[in-house]
Amino acid sequence: MFENLTTRLGAVFDKLTRRGALSEGDVDTALREVRVALLEADVALPVVKDFLASVRDKAVGQDVLKSVTPGQMVIKVVHDHLVEMLGGASVPINLAANPPVPIFMVGLQGSGKTTTTAKLGLWLSQRQKKKVLMASLDVRRPAAQEQLAVLGVQASVATLSIVPGEPPVAIAKRAIQTGLLEAYDVVLLDSAGRLHIDDAMMAEAEAVHAAVQPIETLLVADAMTGQDAVNVAQSFHARLRLTGIVLTRVDGDARGGAALSMRSVTGCPIKLIGSGEKLDALEVFHPDRIAGRILGMGDVVSLVEKASETIEEEDAKRLAAKIEKGQFDLDDMAKQFRQMRKMGGLEGLLGMLPGVAKVKKQLAQANVDENMLKRHEAIISSMTKGERKRPEIIKASRRQRIASGSGTSVQEVNRLLKQFFETQKMMKRVTKLGQKGLMRAGLPGMGGGGRPPGFPMR
Amino acid sequence: MASDGEKRGFFGRLKAGLSRSSSRLTQGISGIFTGRKLDQAMLDELEELLIAADLGPATAATVAKEFGRTRFGKDIGETEVREALAEEIAKILAPVAVPLSIDPARKPHVVLVVGVNGTGKTTTIGKLAKQLRDEGRMVMLCAGDTFRAAAIEQLKIWGERTGAAVIAREPGSSAAGLVYDAMVEAKAKGADVLVIDTAGRLHNKADLMAELDKVIRVIRKLDPEAPHSTLLTLDATTGQNAHAQVEIFQKTAPITGLIVTKLDGTARGGVLVALADRFKMPVNAIGVGEGVDDLRPFDPKDFARGLMGLED
Repeated sequence: MFENLTTRLGAVFDKLTRRGALSEGDVDTALREVRVALLEADVALPVVKDFLASVRDKAVGQDVLKSVTPGQMVIKVVHDHLVEMLGGASVPINLAANPPVPIFMVGLQGSGKTTTTAKLGLWLSQRQKKKVLMASLDVRRPAAQEQLAVLGVQASVATLSIVPGEPPVAIAKRAIQTGLLEAYDVVLLDSAGRLHIDDAMMAEAEAVHAAVQPIETLLVADAMTGQDAVNVAQSFHARLRLTGIVLTRVDGDARGGAALSMRSVTGCPIKLIGSGEKLDALEVFHPDRIAGRILGMGDVVSLVEKASETIEEEDAKRLAAKIEKGQFDLDDMAKQFRQMRKMGGLEGLLGMLPGVAKVKKQLAQANVDENMLKRHEAIISSMTKGERKRPEIIKASRRQRIASGSGTSVQEVNRLLKQFFETQKMMKRVTKLGQKGLMRAGLPGMGGGGRPPGFPMR
Repeated sequence: MASDGEKRGFFGRLKAGLSRSSSRLTQGISGIFTGRKLDQAMLDELEELLIAADLGPATAATVAKEFGRTRFGKDIGETEVREALAEEIAKILAPVAVPLSIDPARKPHVVLVVGVNGTGKTTTIGKLAKQLRDEGRMVMLCAGDTFRAAAIEQLKIWGERTGAAVIAREPGSSAAGLVYDAMVEAKAKGADVLVIDTAGRLHNKADLMAELDKVIRVIRKLDPEAPHSTLLTLDATTGQNAHAQVEIFQKTAPITGLIVTKLDGTARGGVLVALADRFKMPVNAIGVGEGVDDLRPFDPKDFARGLMGLED
């Protein structure tokens, strides 16, 4: 559905001249595509318009560098401006006040406040060695207070005792009081999800805000939020003077345009992002990564991080040593297949790579999918240990046995072996040439390298 | 693209832009269509208003174009535009307005509820249980979200409120195992409906989707035709990612209908129009609040009129 912006702009500019400065016409054509990309990424329309207006000013008359095409030049300008608007450097949580420092978490229902509160509790207690107390002011949703209590136990962060029937403002005051008496550094106040147009609930939040005077009031918002993000952020900001935004579910595949919308209308920095269901999945916000995502250009950094998460470092070292000695065998290959599947399969991986929309399409046509990885694993599993170590001994009758053992055909076994030998050959070449050689040679099957030349890789 | 001469800062311009758009869609329309002929500029603005309601750029373009095809160059009043657009949108939505139907011959009729985290699965189940109980059915709920802290307690409270039995296990236990037990028990007790809650999951997490697949396989072991209804909850605040949610969830689960939640906010769930156009997926109900009675049938006319800001 969402086509890669690079591909789309590529198609537009293929017809245009490839040198010189960007003319107004070039830029306008390109910006129409950028507009659609931003809208598909859920950036709010007024923000899109203003964004495009300022990008247009910047892009017109820019010299197209020799190394790049006009399309890539426009993308670079757009990307850089996007990073700038998302707020260059990251802003840490402000704890500069007399303890206990009150932090107030607000947001719509289901945006992930309670989970984020627990994550932040863990973050502050582990990374910043703070003594943290958490309290849930959610007296509306059934079992919401229990939820925070359970998370508190999981995170080894203290939670305020639950008094049934106690109203939110009273809970907040009691939390601060407890924080003072028991010498906590930070008091995190989780609140009930509320609609920004629910006047009674917003008034309640204002009352809490007035009672505890939080140092940080963080809006917790879902990265999947659509055009309404501006209304939500604006309303919350108007009534509660937000100091920051936490973007949740960034581990989903939403392009996260809401980040730009909310940042723009409130001027508040995006301080943290939630990137998983586990309690340690909270990260500092990196504008450049989200920028790439909004533009549909993939997210190389996240890919690398995901890879390092999934692949055990020990394993990786062992594999590297093996490759160096030219001992890469079928066991290693099977391991790689498994890791690939763990990382979300081929499609998931390719989704994160810039400039591979075309490859992705080809893959879809060639029916290279999860199942193929599984079949390959099955084939390798049907081999004997000896065969896996020394695949060259696998001749006709062994192939037949492996095929029937894995429920595949001899052709498939042949194909896998061929692929293996090619990989092995390539790896030998790599060890000879070093890393640089790999880039020059290009990964086979990847259609000659991923990222567009000249595009900054961060 | 406003490249106005005065040197206002970015935020100044942004503010001006936003004060325009944050006022409701309808006010936008009245601004455009007071005593003018329908021309391209007006159509463009119209398209933008639809985009602002989350219809997505492609669908907004189609709807605006279709609208202009028959009325181009005509004098057109504000209410007429709204009415006509609402009609256009209702036309797209009409085929997907299908209420959830429970087959009384099945004992139990199995309803599986799936969706992304925080879209309102458990709350929807609570409301659904109430409706089914009011219809005099014997309802059992299965607390299949064994992952999120206190999700089980939350469903138990809904069970108490609505008089539905809740089948649950320890937090952290296998969802598939629990679902098996629930199926057995619901059959033994002759329940009319078994509603199965599941943990929220992002559709791009292969392992979590595999877990869902396993739950469905287990259900089918005991009743090859179950789940008879599989509902996907969609948060109305969600933007274009709803496409990916529907597309990928239906690869794993036999989604039979959508429940659009949180429509009581300012988000109008316009992405539904695009979804109806693309997937033809039935919309079984909508959620308009946290109360037990806040699950309503999906009425395409009302929804389209709401989208256009028309009173009922």
